[in-house]
Amino acid sequence: MMFNRKNTGLGRRTVPLVALTAAAALALTACNGGAGTPGETGAVEEQTITFIPKQLNNPYTDVVLSGGKKGSEEAGFASSQVVGPLEASASSQVSFINAETQAGTDVIVIAANDPDAVCTALGEARSAGAKIVAFDSDANPDCRDVFISQVVAKEVALIQTKLIAEQIGGSGEIAILSATANATNQNEWIKFMEEDLASNPDYKDIKLVAKVYGDDDDTKSFQEAQGLLQAHPNLKGIISPTTVGIAATARYLSTSAYKGKVALTGLGLPNEMRPFVKDGTVTEFALWDPAQLGYVAAFAGKALVEGKITGAEGDTFTAGELGDRTVEEGGVVIVGPPTVFNKDNIDQYDF
Amino acid sequence: MSETTTPRSKPAPPAPVADSTKPLADEPKGRTGAARILASRDAITIYALLAFLIYAAVAIPRFASPVTTGFLLLDVIPVLLIAMPMTLIIITGEIDLSVASTAGLTSALMGVLWAGGMDIWLVLVICLLAGTAAGMFNGFLIAVLGLPSLAVTIGTLALFRGLALVVIGDNAVANFPRALTAFFTSKLGATGIPTVMIGVVLIMLFFGVLLHFTPFGRGLYAMGYSKEAATFVGINVARSKFWLYVGSGVVSALAGIYWTLRYTSARSDNASGLELAVIAAVLLGGVSIFGGKGTIPGVIAGVLLIGTLNYALRLGRVSDVVLITVTGLLLIASVVAPSIGSAIREWRHTRRVRRQFSQNSA
Repeated sequence: MMFNRKNTGLGRRTVPLVALTAAAALALTACNGGAGTPGETGAVEEQTITFIPKQLNNPYTDVVLSGGKKGSEEAGFASSQVVGPLEASASSQVSFINAETQAGTDVIVIAANDPDAVCTALGEARSAGAKIVAFDSDANPDCRDVFISQVVAKEVALIQTKLIAEQIGGSGEIAILSATANATNQNEWIKFMEEDLASNPDYKDIKLVAKVYGDDDDTKSFQEAQGLLQAHPNLKGIISPTTVGIAATARYLSTSAYKGKVALTGLGLPNEMRPFVKDGTVTEFALWDPAQLGYVAAFAGKALVEGKITGAEGDTFTAGELGDRTVEEGGVVIVGPPTVFNKDNIDQYDF
Repeated sequence: MSETTTPRSKPAPPAPVADSTKPLADEPKGRTGAARILASRDAITIYALLAFLIYAAVAIPRFASPVTTGFLLLDVIPVLLIAMPMTLIIITGEIDLSVASTAGLTSALMGVLWAGGMDIWLVLVICLLAGTAAGMFNGFLIAVLGLPSLAVTIGTLALFRGLALVVIGDNAVANFPRALTAFFTSKLGATGIPTVMIGVVLIMLFFGVLLHFTPFGRGLYAMGYSKEAATFVGINVARSKFWLYVGSGVVSALAGIYWTLRYTSARSDNASGLELAVIAAVLLGGVSIFGGKGTIPGVIAGVLLIGTLNYALRLGRVSDVVLITVTGLLLIASVVAPSIGSAIREWRHTRRVRRQFSQNSA
């Protein structure tokens, strides 16, 4: 119990104080040195941009942010920072927004964990003069200038029907292997695909024979793919609009007799699909490029700061090498059509 | 250096064996009065806070402004609130890990009731009652049934968070009255001090007076040293504990209400992890985790120290990874340093006593 004794000597009492301040001072100086020049605004060429993702250390976020960094440099920001919580909780982003407001950043690019929880803080940032760009996940439209959205649901659907039609030569039976039966985005895409197959004369010989659900579970998706091919011996193609489903199906096809005979497309991650594209199981599939999201967000921020756009419908700005973008209804900017990956370009992507 | 501060040839706290034969008047007195207060453990925390504030004001651009006061205080208010009853509980040698879950439950309840069309003032009253009930439940299990507080509150930590999920599910309610949410982030004129700070100060005063100026408060220290001895001198240990947990529940509910209105978002995961932030700040403020030691001013300084450090590092755009590492190290340093200090003192004391003994017998 000697550790529980009352302190008696003044000299030794200073030890924690010294340790405390030393630790704090050390941490601060060490880190300030590497953090560039925060808050040095004023002149036009000294504009700064800050990215606040949903959480740090997430592979998808890293790709988005790498695009953001590239975009910030090309758009001409003096400095760009990334700050954010380690945990994607609703209110954790607020203190980061506050600190950035005070640091006087000109543009805050945020992927909101909760559209409303960040609202008050973003409002304060705006009244302090910052422009707010939401990306990836929208904040309440009242508290941001523009929202950079990946893609339009319809485009995601149509590119998949287009790819499968090309790969099966425009006729034959196809099936869809989706995630869960009540996934909102999946069902929206499937609805557009069905409409497209029914209405487009080019697709009149294509017949959708089955829709199955792999529940975004690797094993279940694998088994569902297996079952599809047994149940439909004349199947010529599978669309899997989910990254888990397409990878599992590709794995099954690559080891089966159907390899190269049954076409597979959908939405997949280049890193997961690379071996199957290289071994000929899959020819082409699609996904949006997350890096473009950050890239366009940086240019939108620049256009807002320079007053070229206000976030009103119809405003246009140039997003570097990606060309012109238009602000649509509700202040939404669409990044662009999904990227199509094949053996020629898949090595350029790392996510 | 350190030798000069202890010039006594005899040990400061009378060693029970060596000195029991001497009259008490001959013993060197411990430090008293102002000197004692100025060198106490919580005074150290206050110095550290002041030192850091000065450092930050000089070294970090834009830190010294009323804007900092506003944002910083808004950030620390939930911790500051819950730290008050937590201090009292830890002083009695117990703990309450369920505080953040109680706040989350309150938030969830608030969202559902408000979305259901209930009058906002009635909603607030019901939320406070829910917090009271949560505290009474803890108090009943710990004080009446005599179960260990650590086990009970680990259980209720999960239970209350689970109930919050049952109440509101994955939904979030955001459309609280604009006037009310605006009030919760409003500032007192140009000072930058949030308006709600007035209420927080009242709560701090309440717990400060309760702990330091009432027999109830002095009894808590006694309980922290020895529950048996406290019972023996006529302190109702069970009743004291029960009311402490009720108080903790009520304050946690207040923190939950604050959280919901400040972030304009009622969710089941609100304030998650807050209990650890609170306990860390309380320990940094000089409260002994073994019980029996600690003061409200020290804890307030501890909470503000961690809050300021967080805010300053964020303003300096230091990564959160570094931030949690720094606060972790700080906490360990603050807990370990006094222990090492007293271990060294103990060792020296024993050695001195031994030497005296051998001289006497020679």
